[in-house]
Order: sequence, then C-alpha cells, then structure tokens
Amino acid sequence: MSILITPETKILIQGITGEFGARHTKLSLDYGTKVVAGVTPGKGGQFFEHGAHRVPIFNSVADAAKATGATVSAIFVPPPFAGDAILECVDAGLDLAVAITEGIPIKDMIRVKRAMQGKPTRLVGPNCPGMVCAGTGKDSHGGCRIGIAPGYINKKGHVGVVSRSGTLTYEAVFQLTSKGIGQSTTVGIGGDPVNGTSHLDVVKLFAADPDTHGIIMIGEIGGNAEVEAARWLKANCNKPVAGFIAGATAPAGRRMGPAGAIVGGAEDTAAAKIAVFKECGIEVAVTPSDMADALLRAAKAKGVTLS
Amino acid sequence: MNIHEFQAKALFEQYGVPVPKGASATTPEEVVNALAQLPEGPTMVKSQIHAGGRGKGTFTNGSKGGVKFCKTKHDAKEMSANMLGNTLVTIQTGPAGRKVQTVYFTVACDIKKEYYLAILLDRVSSRPVIVASTEGGVEIETVAHDSPEKIHKVVIDPAYGLADFQVRDLIFKLGLAGAEAKNAAKLIRNLYTMFWETDAAMVEVNPLITTPTGEVLALDAKVSFDSNALYRHPEIVSLRDLNEEDPKEIEASKYSLNYIALDGKIACLVNGAGLAMSTMDIIQHFGGTPANFLDVGGGASKDQVVAAFKIILGDKNVKGILVNIFGGIMDCNVIATGIVEAAKETGLTLPLVVRLEGNNVAAGKATLAASGLKLVSGESMADAAQKIVKLVA
Repeated sequence: MSILITPETKILIQGITGEFGARHTKLSLDYGTKVVAGVTPGKGGQFFEHGAHRVPIFNSVADAAKATGATVSAIFVPPPFAGDAILECVDAGLDLAVAITEGIPIKDMIRVKRAMQGKPTRLVGPNCPGMVCAGTGKDSHGGCRIGIAPGYINKKGHVGVVSRSGTLTYEAVFQLTSKGIGQSTTVGIGGDPVNGTSHLDVVKLFAADPDTHGIIMIGEIGGNAEVEAARWLKANCNKPVAGFIAGATAPAGRRMGPAGAIVGGAEDTAAAKIAVFKECGIEVAVTPSDMADALLRAAKAKGVTLS
Repeated sequence: MNIHEFQAKALFEQYGVPVPKGASATTPEEVVNALAQLPEGPTMVKSQIHAGGRGKGTFTNGSKGGVKFCKTKHDAKEMSANMLGNTLVTIQTGPAGRKVQTVYFTVACDIKKEYYLAILLDRVSSRPVIVASTEGGVEIETVAHDSPEKIHKVVIDPAYGLADFQVRDLIFKLGLAGAEAKNAAKLIRNLYTMFWETDAAMVEVNPLITTPTGEVLALDAKVSFDSNALYRHPEIVSLRDLNEEDPKEIEASKYSLNYIALDGKIACLVNGAGLAMSTMDIIQHFGGTPANFLDVGGGASKDQVVAAFKIILGDKNVKGILVNIFGGIMDCNVIATGIVEAAKETGLTLPLVVRLEGNNVAAGKATLAASGLKLVSGESMADAAQKIVKLVA
C-alpha cells in the first residue's frame, strides 16, 4: 500500500483550464492517474479534452466531488485565490487538498490553517511538488500523480520519501530507482513557513504503513519541523531512516528563493539539524548524491530489505 | 522586502505608534531643512542602510559609529556630513559595506528603561507571535540564550486577533504600571494592527523605551514585508530602495530568477531552491566555494538561462561554473540549447561543468556534445562538483 493516496484515488484539479494546471493535468492523465474532474468557476459544463480523455469541468469543488466521487484535489489556482481554493475543498469535505501554488501570502495561509482546525480535510503544501504513488506499468505508469513531480522516475516499492524541496525530492527518487529500489509514496510538503502537513505528520504515516520499509527525510535550514520528526522517529519507529538537510552554506538571514529557508537562530542551522538527526539514529546523507546510499546503509544496519 | 528605519517610523506614526520626532535627508541641503524641523538640543544622527549593527559599525574612511549622539543640532549637521555618501561596514553588511545615501535625525530622548518588542510569524503554531523582553537595546539572541525567562511570548489567534487580556498580561510581565502601562498597551495594539494590515513579515522595535514622563516610544524600527503579499500593497512597494539591493539580484528578478550573490569562486545555475542550496553545499563539501545561489525555477526558458549566465559572469570573482539541472518535467534539451547559446553569446572562457538529468536528457547531452564548447559533463551531483572544484583549483 501507500499513504494518503493509492493508484485508485480519484482526483480533481482546481485551475484545470489555466496554463499550468492544464499542462500538469495532461501529464497526470498520461501517467494513468484517475483525474475525474476539473474545477474552474464559470466554465462548469465544459470538458477538458486530452487524447481520449474527456474530463468534465464544474463550477465548484462541491459539485465536482458530488458528481464524480473525487476525494482529493490538486490546486493550481494563482496565489491571490489559492487560500480560498483550499477552503473550498474543506467545505466540500474532501479527504485531501494538495496545494501546488507558489507565492501565497503568509497571512492568507495563517488564516486558512486556522479555519481548517478540527476539520477532516488534510492539506499538503502549498508551494509543493505534490505527491506520487507509483503504478506497476512501464516507468511506473498507472500510478497516482498529484501535482508537478515527474512520474516516470518513480518505481513501485517500499521507501517513503518526504521533502520540502521539489527537485531535491526528484533527485532522491531518481537515485533510489536507479539502484532498483522502489517507493511506496513520495510526499512533497512544500517549502513555505506555514504549510498543512509537516514532516512529522508524514513520518507518522510512513511508520504506520506496513508497506513502507524505509524512509528518506529531506529538509532544509529554518524552522524545527525536521527536528521534531527526528525526535518522534527515535522514540516510535524502528524503520531505517536516512536524512539530508540542505543549506549548510546558506548565509544567515537570507531567504533562499521561494523555499522560505532562512537561518534564524542557532537551533535551525543545517549543522544543528544534522546533529539532532545523528542523535536520533538517522543515517545522514553527507552530500545530496548520497541520499539513496545513506538509506541502504541504514537498512543494512537494521537488517531490513528495501526492495 | 526590507525598508529603512525612517520609512518604518513614518508607517508607525500612521498607525499611532509613537516615535521620537525625526526628519531624513539625502543631501547637505536637505540636512539643513531636516534639522530646521527639529527643536534645538541633543540630536541623534542615524545612517540609513538595510543592515543591523549600525551603531557599532565603522566607515571605510575610518570614523566609527553609524549612529551617533550629538549635543546640538550644529554637531549633528557636522556629523551627518561624515556619514552621507560614505560607506558603512557592520557585522551584517559584509566587508564591502553599504553606502549611506540617507541620514535620519531624531530628537535624543531621555531614557528611563529600554525594552524589546517584536512581532513575527511563529512557525511552530503557524500564528503571529509577539515577543517582548525587559532587556532592550541588546541583541535579543543573547537574551534568549542567557536568560530565556526574560523573554515573553504572546501567540495570537488569527480568528479573533490580539485580545485585550493578552496585552494586559504582557504589560504586567514587563513590569509596567500607570501611564506607562496605558501607553504601552496602546502602542502594542497599534503595532499589531500595522503588522497584520500591511502583511509584514517582521516588525522589530529594539529598543522600545519609557521616558521619565511616562511616554513609551519606539526608538528604533526594523520592518520587513512578505514579498508574496506585495501585490496588494502598492504603497509599500513604493518604499523599495534599489540602492540597497545587489544590482545583479535586481537584474535576476527581472527574469524571474532567484539569485543571491555570495563571495566564493564557483558559480552555480540550478533548478529548484532546495537543489540549488544543496549544490552550494556539495561544492563546499568537496573543497570549493560557491559564488552564488541561483534558482532558475521549474520551467526555465532559453532566455532565462542566457540571462542567468550573464548575471553569473558579471561577478568578477567567478572562476568556474557548475550547471546542475534535474529536469523532472522541464526539457533538458531546452536547457542545453540555452547553455550553448549563452556560452557563445558571452564568449565563455571559464571552466564549465554541466550535470543534466531527467526528461529528454539524451537529446540535451547530444546538443552539448555537438556544440563544440569546451565543457565537462558531470554524471552525478558529486561527480560534477568534484570536477568543477578541480578545474577551478
């Protein structure tokens, strides 16, 4: 199995008619993902056509979910409207909203997160690559691809990958697949300071998933999310875990791109996080090229088979 | 986005946060006018740059202190002549320092006691937090380390906003009473309103002071804004001072490139912020020094790659370039074509190592191979980093 999604999960796309949303909807359809609906207010009744696919478009998330049974949304709407789009998923009672949108004002996310408290809908992101659960076909075809990650680099298997950074996630997945090691689920939680699902939330799910035999956790400077997850793993999970923290050379106080990774105090530097990882028994990847190998070392030490 | 102290204080005044009377100047003529607006008496002269540690900074002409107390306005005028147009080096500016283009004069206040007050995002709770301390005028990091019990935090529920009882509680903890308590409560409420309404990322007042007459004033002001929210605050965008930004970073932002200049020798061009940061890390790991952070984003075009090369080559410290692209969705051949074009257009002679992986990578590698360029191909990130470090050494 996998966490949060399976190859059978029915997804809808908010912002399906925008350039960005349309492009990635096509890629998901090509990957074999069950994209069952699109939402663009004012375009309800139209269809999103791609090859043999004809995806109905609805005016609202509630309409789309009711008509198609979609339980998960991928959000591609522009930043000024993205907070609202997330709340619409909550209102429609979806299981999961995956917000791909980059550049949502922090204040909007503070309010959205508060409004989601106590509600059953989970948020992944924003500013994230989304999630992939590989299929069994050629180049992992037939899987569930939500968001913008490349599908073809995945391989069905037993490693859970969680990361804030997109391309660094692809790097880890590619290394694993190149070594013949598949993944159960890959979750990009996004780099924004206020996000829905944390490293800790994801590692708890991986720890409980019998099909996930090992975990790669990728983090960055700033905040304490990775540290929190590492401490929980030490106390609660015996699966092999490899970790990597990006940003050892980042200058203090500078925001590195949209990732929102800022070195604030002494506790959220790369060195401090790496020290906690080691203390918690996480095998630290010395360089980003070492992520899959680090997990192999951790698995060997625990006598766990990954593939 | 950061703004200057004098701009922040103007914003404070709009929101009813009291500050000492002040006026700014950018030329000797303006200095005369600015000082004419202030009463005769002790005056502070403050260099306006976007960096902390101004008071303990040193000008490249040898004079010490970017923030000075003067007994008279006449002294303040002379002092400002020494600051305007000169370069101030502080712990935050790096050795190159920052040219002082504006000075800010304020009435020097009688200080009874100094406090610390800031509002920012609490990442743990995803809510705004007020941080306050009775230990003002010093590095708050030092206070947090040495006497954490003197730091008070108030986390604000965004559904309700800052509650009166929270303000009262904080005032008690700071040991304020009488007129001071009343004035401080008003100041804190108004500062929070400003933080929330302007989409500020951080507001820091260090020190916040009480005076012998019971006034509470923001003696300093440091404000930064959430750049994602600037689209709804044109009045704040107009406060942007391009003089405070690296020209290369300004150029990069025109092409939607995220570029940050560093002081090493190996330039890097990468897609994705996390991968870009870790490319810098791996260069350092193998003994090199990164010259920049450069994220071309997820859907880089040929034009962006060309612009990125020009920006990189504008840095004279650069002795070699490492391109690291994981083209998940982005076509590697588009990147390769951009690299070839950029190298030819700029007459590139520096060592160049390219690591391409992902979508359409075979075509990309073929384009590079057929280009006749003298470039080295890297297989993995580690391999590419080792190669460029060796070529630059």
